[in-house]
Amino acid sequence: MDFAPSAEHEAFRKVVREFAEAEVAPHAEEWDRTHRFPLDTVRAMGEMGLFGLPFPEEYGGMGADLLTLCIAIEELARVDSSIAITLEAAVGLGANPIFRFGTEEQKRAWLPDLTAGKALAAFGLTEPDAGSDAGGTRTRAVLDGDEWVLNGTKAFITNSGTEITSLVTVTARTGPDEISTIVVPAGTPGLVIEPAYRKMGWRASDTHEVRLEDCRVPAANLLGERGKGFRQFLEILDEGRIAIAALAVGLTQGCLDECTAYANDRRAFGAPIGSYQGIAFKCADIAVAADAARLLTYRAAWLRDRGERATREAAEAKLFASEAAVTAAREATQVFGGYGFVDETPVSRFYRDAKVLEIGEGTSEIQRIVIARTLGLPV
Amino acid sequence: MKIAVCAKQIPDPATPYSLDPETHFVVRPNDQVLDDTDRYGVEMALQLAEANDAEVVLVSMGPAGNLQGVRQALAMGADKAIVVDDEGLRGSGALVTAKVLAAAIQQEGGVDLVITGTESTDGYTGVVPQQIAALLGLPALSFARKVELDGTTLKVERISATGYDDVECPLPAVVAVTSGAVEPRYPTFKGIMAAKSKPVEQPTAADLGIAADAIGEAGSGQEITSVEDAPSRTAGTKIVDEGEAFQAIVELLEKAKVI
Repeated sequence: MDFAPSAEHEAFRKVVREFAEAEVAPHAEEWDRTHRFPLDTVRAMGEMGLFGLPFPEEYGGMGADLLTLCIAIEELARVDSSIAITLEAAVGLGANPIFRFGTEEQKRAWLPDLTAGKALAAFGLTEPDAGSDAGGTRTRAVLDGDEWVLNGTKAFITNSGTEITSLVTVTARTGPDEISTIVVPAGTPGLVIEPAYRKMGWRASDTHEVRLEDCRVPAANLLGERGKGFRQFLEILDEGRIAIAALAVGLTQGCLDECTAYANDRRAFGAPIGSYQGIAFKCADIAVAADAARLLTYRAAWLRDRGERATREAAEAKLFASEAAVTAAREATQVFGGYGFVDETPVSRFYRDAKVLEIGEGTSEIQRIVIARTLGLPV
Repeated sequence: MKIAVCAKQIPDPATPYSLDPETHFVVRPNDQVLDDTDRYGVEMALQLAEANDAEVVLVSMGPAGNLQGVRQALAMGADKAIVVDDEGLRGSGALVTAKVLAAAIQQEGGVDLVITGTESTDGYTGVVPQQIAALLGLPALSFARKVELDGTTLKVERISATGYDDVECPLPAVVAVTSGAVEPRYPTFKGIMAAKSKPVEQPTAADLGIAADAIGEAGSGQEITSVEDAPSRTAGTKIVDEGEAFQAIVELLEKAKVI
């Protein structure tokens, strides 16, 4: 059994950590406070090749594996979840469907800018009335001559409204029992990007409701086979869950690093608070949570990188890591006491950022269903 | 065109340094990092190389270890590395370092431009660039905050006490760039993977034609006789302000000859 990161993985981790500490951490509080999407930083990440990590070089990618992407997301999330989800969504939900299901022509047209981080793609699956129940999609696409005419509303769509968003891939009903995936380029008349949501966390990430009003795109924008939209979506789900698990691992690690530094530094009753078991044990528990979550996540990524199925392992990693992150952030806030409740300390931001990890990319309840079904239970 | 960049591997500044109690030399772990000040030299070389279709060769001296620091510079985009690693070099002073680096540059041959940082973050002598230039018989341009190449003319903005001087000279030359002269790039994953298979030569001093008695502590004509801890800070003087504290401050400043 060996799913240890290689020397190159570790060298890469160092580079991303250095970038995160130098270019992201000093600004994260301000971006969060002002709900600002940091376009310059995203461009810098593009120059580092982060947006092209798991894609082949012929499309401008880095030819790396899923584990490498996980390491990048983890290191970014260690200081800022918003920038980490921007990368995760751009790669896992934006570029990945194009790469996995696109024709050669579609890939050549859209991927190079996406892998270079010069453009971002969004994926519109969730609807106001269809989240976990993706089969309840109401958005419709009707073929009119050589154009699809789309109507419907998509909710909580990450990276859909940035200055460099180039396209939104949406799922839509193309028949009675048929869901297909269609690429809608940014700027298409009838593609309406609503104002950004006000969110509890992930405030520097770009999230909008997206409406499609008689939105016409060429028939050639169908991604993959007609009617296979739902199955395609299920296919990319495992990797998305592993990437979110990596984000949770990073957040937990961030909590641990903040807590241990503070516990050594902050004094009460004449000694560092880390000398009291009440604080030291919290730090120890967060360390265990980070390691356990990391092992589950790396195992799932390693299986995918070997070309194996990892549905249960991905769900386990996502479930455990996200719940561990929420607990870690709550406990980290407690370690910081009153300072954990004010915006100057990262842990208060981590606390707000953690919650959505139990919701996005499949809620904890959905993960439990997935796992329970692999146990043969009729849930 | 060929550009040589002097780059040093040093123990990670984030970890505490330890000294060998016998020799007083810095203990160099297997894992070392690229000296931060050298990243500017590497970046400068890469930018000039990209604009002038040049090859970038790293030249380094010191225990190779696992070459992690050198691989960092290769991952940024340098083409190959020469790391002079020789047990006999331990304890070498600045001039011996310059002789070794100059010999490595000479043996490589065809180098049009040598780029260095201003000083290393572990030794801080700050004289090696000029020594290399003198040994190679080349002009030395120091404290460059901006470097341009116009054909075979090197144009530099050299930081001075009051501003900067415009300096130029023909190639070949040695230029020492300051930290902040350029923005060092972060290596990409592709760069890290490519660095794995880039050539790293590891000659000894003898391979460069340098005699064993000309290197190390003996060859440097220097010996570290003892190392003392820096004196710990003593408690300061407390002046309580009862409306007259400024006088005490003025006295202190006068005593320090600041005013």
